[in-house]
Amino acid sequence: MRVALFITCVNDTLFPGTGKAVVSLLRRLGCDVDFPAAQTCCGQMHVNTGYREEGVRLARHFTEVFAGYDAVVAPSGSCAAMVREQYPKLARPGSKGAAAIAEVAPRVYELSEFLIDVLKTEDVGAYFPHRVTYHPTCHSLRGLHLGDRPTRLLRNVRGLELVPLPGAEECCGFGGTFAVKNPAVSAAMGADKTRSIMDTGAEVLCAADNSCLLHIGGTLSRQKTGVRTMHLAEILASTEEAQ
Amino acid sequence: MSATFLGMPGNFPENSRKAVHDSQLRFNLRKATHTIRGKRASVVGELPDWQELRAAGKAIKEHTLRNLDRYLIRLEAAVTAAGGTVHWARDAAEANRIVTGLVKATGETEVVKVKSMATQEIELNQALAEQGITAYETDLAELIVQLGDDFPSHILVPAIHRNRSEIREIFLDRMPGVSPDLTDDPPALAEAARLHLRERFLRSKVAISGANFMVAETGTLVVLESEGNGRMCLTLPETLISVVGIEKLLPSWRDLEVFLQLLPRSSTGERMNPYTSMWTGAVEGQDFHLVLLDNGRTDVLADEVGRQALRCIRCSACLNVCPVYERAGGHAYGSVYPGPIGAILTPQLRGMSSELDASLPYASSLCGACYEVCPVAIDIPEVLVDLRAKAPHAAAERAGMKVAGWIFNDHRRLARAQRAATRLRKLVPKRLPGPLSAWTDTRDVPEIPEESFRDWWERNERA
Repeated sequence: MRVALFITCVNDTLFPGTGKAVVSLLRRLGCDVDFPAAQTCCGQMHVNTGYREEGVRLARHFTEVFAGYDAVVAPSGSCAAMVREQYPKLARPGSKGAAAIAEVAPRVYELSEFLIDVLKTEDVGAYFPHRVTYHPTCHSLRGLHLGDRPTRLLRNVRGLELVPLPGAEECCGFGGTFAVKNPAVSAAMGADKTRSIMDTGAEVLCAADNSCLLHIGGTLSRQKTGVRTMHLAEILASTEEAQ
Repeated sequence: MSATFLGMPGNFPENSRKAVHDSQLRFNLRKATHTIRGKRASVVGELPDWQELRAAGKAIKEHTLRNLDRYLIRLEAAVTAAGGTVHWARDAAEANRIVTGLVKATGETEVVKVKSMATQEIELNQALAEQGITAYETDLAELIVQLGDDFPSHILVPAIHRNRSEIREIFLDRMPGVSPDLTDDPPALAEAARLHLRERFLRSKVAISGANFMVAETGTLVVLESEGNGRMCLTLPETLISVVGIEKLLPSWRDLEVFLQLLPRSSTGERMNPYTSMWTGAVEGQDFHLVLLDNGRTDVLADEVGRQALRCIRCSACLNVCPVYERAGGHAYGSVYPGPIGAILTPQLRGMSSELDASLPYASSLCGACYEVCPVAIDIPEVLVDLRAKAPHAAAERAGMKVAGWIFNDHRRLARAQRAATRLRKLVPKRLPGPLSAWTDTRDVPEIPEESFRDWWERNERA
């Protein structure tokens, strides 16, 4: 299977470790992984901040770069939801752009969807002997409807103790540019989220979006909590040999 | 007299900052919204066909809005045939003029009111006061707001920002003849309000209401309430004036079946509504006037994305699940329609020329909880994003977004920008300057890696 990695601009720039983890995980599971070098950003920041024109241009670029692959895997629920849920609303019905989106968008998967729905595996052979809590990010929960896919994968990780996060389905307060446009509310939401995380006694907070982890992790770090944040891909890529 | 929202200064980020730092308000809101949220979740969860009901509610409203002209004429004919008088009001001023004129014609100087969002939207109480007519709110929470010279902060529970000891203070201070021994026990507070209101019901000859639904086929109006005050207002006075937004229409009596299930479960978290009043035209000699209110609604109807907001049945489920509303409170939205639905309704009805209204489409993290609970499936995040594209943007932001777009347009540019960031990584301060200080006020910045993913791939995989 010819799989393209859509790294996302945030991961590419700030979290290369997540990309490396996806590559190693998918290869371990027998996939032929390609990284189309011309990829940049899905355009979510522009569209969701009100800069539709720039966003449409980036969406067009995305559909060109990722045409022709069997599957496009993104280690981000938010960016995958942008392509699958929001792209179809950006093009005029019946236009060439709409056709290109209809061609590519259904083959774009968030990582846990790809593992469970396409590769049909819930046990990726990972080992991670730590106490972990999982925050389902809004776009993965309510946009993509990932349901329990990520936690099913985590439950099969050897040594991992998964502790439930109270109020897990509540937004962490990141929201892209919301975090700087409405900093007071964003910080209040982040503070409540970190309090819930602390209550679990977890060592690691895991999520399917590094953008949300950037906000929650930045808050956890500022408060000197000692709790680490890790993308789902990095936990799933961990093996006994690598520890 | 409650205060007025029109011309409120400020913007959402500033207003909400004040609310976030008010710990009593945060506590009141959290407690109240989480309680209603839980009740709603449990009564919605027990219906196996909730999603079908929700789809039906959406479909009926969509159909009605698409044929609104036809159904409005049918409604007018049915109400007129049943002895009522129908008035058409283009905007708030016209509606206020009509209602004030009708009250003046009766020679009365007092009216009782059933809780109504439409009359709050047009600020009818203020318009009546200017003509020497006193309007008495009879819904308990509305009464609390009115006595306290306050703003409503929630669609269903306008005094949600007040706790019971604050309510006791307001009653002791402002309610004529209240016992000085009044406690903050909820039954005692309710009893005090009941005694206060009873006299008004019996004395008033004119009542003003809104309506939750209007049935085009029969000309029937429907009001749902929980205290029985509505029933008193609708039946006792000699003259009844109902001010209703044109989007409150349903084609037929049968359509009510869907909405009488959707609304109570979404709104108060009840299986059935306690007091449901329905009336058709002039009943038993009562003089009945219906004022159909546009006030921007036809403009909203013309917008392909935004028009879905007109499906709203004012249940307030979106407020109760909204993490932003919970922390910002209702007043921050500067409108009688707060919360997620307000963030898409207010800018559409009022436009985005004021700083406050232009900031409303951004008053959301786009978490999608509102869409998930909306009983008529209004995709609030979709409308927010659409409004953001129409909102005025600050010049500095526009420039920054242009640069970001330019970089993202070409992967070679992106790679160069990433390498520049890597070279400067040791120079990134703990506190960022300018608008980015909003990030570092409460959060640390991540360390910029030594190498971007694309450079790592290029080095290891392309070779």
